[in-house]
Amino acid sequence: MKRKTLLLAAAAVLPAAAAVAQEGSLTIVSWGGAYSMSQQKAYHEPYTDKTGTRILTQDESANALAGIRSQVDAGNVTWDVVDMLQADAQRACDEGLIMQIPHDEWLAEAPDGTPPSDDFIEGTLGECFIPQILYATMFAYNEEAFPDGGPQTVADIWDLEAFPGTRSLQKIPQKNLEWALIADGVPGDEVYDVLATQEGQDRAFAKLDEIKDNVIWWSEGAQPPQMLADKEAVIATAYNGRIFNAQVSEDQPFQIMWDGQMFEVDGWVVPVEKSDEQLELIKDYLYFATDTQRLADQAKYIPYAPARQSSVPMVSTHEETGVEMQPHMPTTEKNFQNAVQFNTDFWADYGDLLEERFNAWLAQ
Amino acid sequence: MADIPAAGTVPEMRRDEELTTADGRPLRVALRRSQRQLRRRAFYLVAPLLVFLLVTFGWPIANMIAGSVYNPEVAHFLPLTSSAISDWDGEDVPGEDVFAAMAMDMESGLANRTIGRAAGRINREIPGARSLVMGTARDLEDMQPPYREAFLAEDERWGDLEFWRLIKRETRIVTPAYYLLALDFEYNSRGEIVERPEIYQVYRQLFWRTAWMSLTITALCVLLGYPVAHLLATLPLKTSNVLMILVLLPFWTSLLVRTSAWIVLLQQQGVINDLLVWANIIDASGRIRMIYNQTGTIIAMTHILLPFMILPLYSVMKTIPPSYMRAARSLGATQFTAFTKVYMPLTIPGVAAGVLLVFILAIGYYITPALVGGESGIFISNLIAQNMQGTSAQLKLASALATILLVGVLFFYWLFNKLIGVDRLKFG
Repeated sequence: MKRKTLLLAAAAVLPAAAAVAQEGSLTIVSWGGAYSMSQQKAYHEPYTDKTGTRILTQDESANALAGIRSQVDAGNVTWDVVDMLQADAQRACDEGLIMQIPHDEWLAEAPDGTPPSDDFIEGTLGECFIPQILYATMFAYNEEAFPDGGPQTVADIWDLEAFPGTRSLQKIPQKNLEWALIADGVPGDEVYDVLATQEGQDRAFAKLDEIKDNVIWWSEGAQPPQMLADKEAVIATAYNGRIFNAQVSEDQPFQIMWDGQMFEVDGWVVPVEKSDEQLELIKDYLYFATDTQRLADQAKYIPYAPARQSSVPMVSTHEETGVEMQPHMPTTEKNFQNAVQFNTDFWADYGDLLEERFNAWLAQ
Repeated sequence: MADIPAAGTVPEMRRDEELTTADGRPLRVALRRSQRQLRRRAFYLVAPLLVFLLVTFGWPIANMIAGSVYNPEVAHFLPLTSSAISDWDGEDVPGEDVFAAMAMDMESGLANRTIGRAAGRINREIPGARSLVMGTARDLEDMQPPYREAFLAEDERWGDLEFWRLIKRETRIVTPAYYLLALDFEYNSRGEIVERPEIYQVYRQLFWRTAWMSLTITALCVLLGYPVAHLLATLPLKTSNVLMILVLLPFWTSLLVRTSAWIVLLQQQGVINDLLVWANIIDASGRIRMIYNQTGTIIAMTHILLPFMILPLYSVMKTIPPSYMRAARSLGATQFTAFTKVYMPLTIPGVAAGVLLVFILAIGYYITPALVGGESGIFISNLIAQNMQGTSAQLKLASALATILLVGVLFFYWLFNKLIGVDRLKFG
């Protein structure tokens, strides 16, 4: 009896083990939640249907930099493709943890033959980084808290009299310091020049001081919509996809204030130390998953703008609700007017220092 | 034995003669051998655990401590510059030999992709140095010797003495720089150790806060846990079993669930505030902020750690016979005196065990302060975690912070042992 059970167990385990070991599986790391789902539908499933390659996913992108570093240090890199923020990718690239990517060699051309290096939105391609989407972090508010109309500009966010109530901001210096300067009258395109000076940093922190007592801090992307729904905060910074989801799928009375939105790119990186065989597979996947059609398809599931110009006209409707997606895209002209591009280079230089100062400021 | 010579027993045995076994070996040796065998067997039994501890505990900690002082970036990735700069006096912009060495290091660093690590190390202390080094390295192809002029023409920051002094200083493989940062000190441009400007000081404050909040939480746990444990130990079995379940149920519930439950209760739109508003104790605009600050952390953590206080207390109280108190009373002590003079001293091993458990757990707590601590209620562990996710310089800072925390906990344990004695503890 015991022996039979053992045999049965072995029989059950073996095929699974064989399947994992068989050539043609990719371990892809991403953020989880609705975002991973959109990649699943737009990239992974069609790719598996086409090639039979199994795709194993892990929701570890929040720890991507630390994770890749420890895998490379240990000489045991199990992640094949990792979804990462551009700023983290920059750091990983500097440290030599991820591969340099010859974009025109690895990636698909646009349908009209434009090479990838021209097709991806300017300034989004990194030395080691293939952008997928462009997303925005911006202010959103609960309409019910402002019956006479909500804030319209970044300066309004600092106006505690006209728009009373708790604000919820992300507990990092990134973007908050930029917004503080914008609220203080610095034009969007000069923000980083000002912030690179000691006076500019002092000015930004002084501006944040004005609202500090009215701020609660979030650290996970799921928190701001929850805080807005609970009215724990009336205004919150959030990722546009999260707010869209609350608006469209949960019918929450939220409004996005696009003024001063800060957009940033998220995309793929490939950790170093891959076997040639595995690298071929990775290249094949990336060629497929970052082509014009696939990037456009992803926008059916989540309102993040495709990073290829050729994908933009192909964006259609939300798969689940049929809502037209264009008006919800951060790159739509109406939303994009006062947008500020998040400067990853600046933060690679000043991140260590400003994060410390921000923590010290918080602890006061 | 040999001192008591009994007539007729083993007459040939004398005091200076060694006892032997039947096969003629000295008994002492044979005994030692058999005991060594026993010891070896015992060692084999614990060996798996020992290996496990070494691999999962000792090795990572050793690694972490090594990481907090290991400083190979400048010496390994700018090797020529490191040796060229050793003769530099630090008073004037270095000469062509240093710049030429830097140019060659950059060239090989670009090819090996190691230049970014050196740049990142320098950038930790001079923000902006990363893009200076990387930018110049990328433009190197178009530059012609002499490199001193070429570099200075590319960017005037190459004439910055602070930059070169930092490189000269950090050619060493082992550096205390991260420990300085972790204690809010730094090197000034002359290489002297000074306090950091106040706007960057955070870690010392966080260490103190972690310590005093952990102490507060421990004290609250004693205050709340003592009566509960007393009740548990003295009530009839049937009632105390029900009570025990009330203590254990939260103990078995997921930490995240309990923390989230406190958010629901305490937040400004939460249950407690709603009740207060409904009862007209406060008005709707005056809702109390009980979470996302120190109050939130203290309340939630006290609740979460309470079972670690109650259980050792209970196990000790259970063993104190009720007759002791009755005896004290019958000898004329008041209830109060009997309690403080007889009962309380007997519970000290339990209190001590609870205090040790709760304090050490609290001081390293991470998830609850992160979720309910807001800005004023976070612990040092939260900043350690945050630094772990960052650049490799931040990772080393995290290692230094964690090592200091570890030393702090060990110091507490030592102090505790001196004051109370760990051998007196009873955990249950």
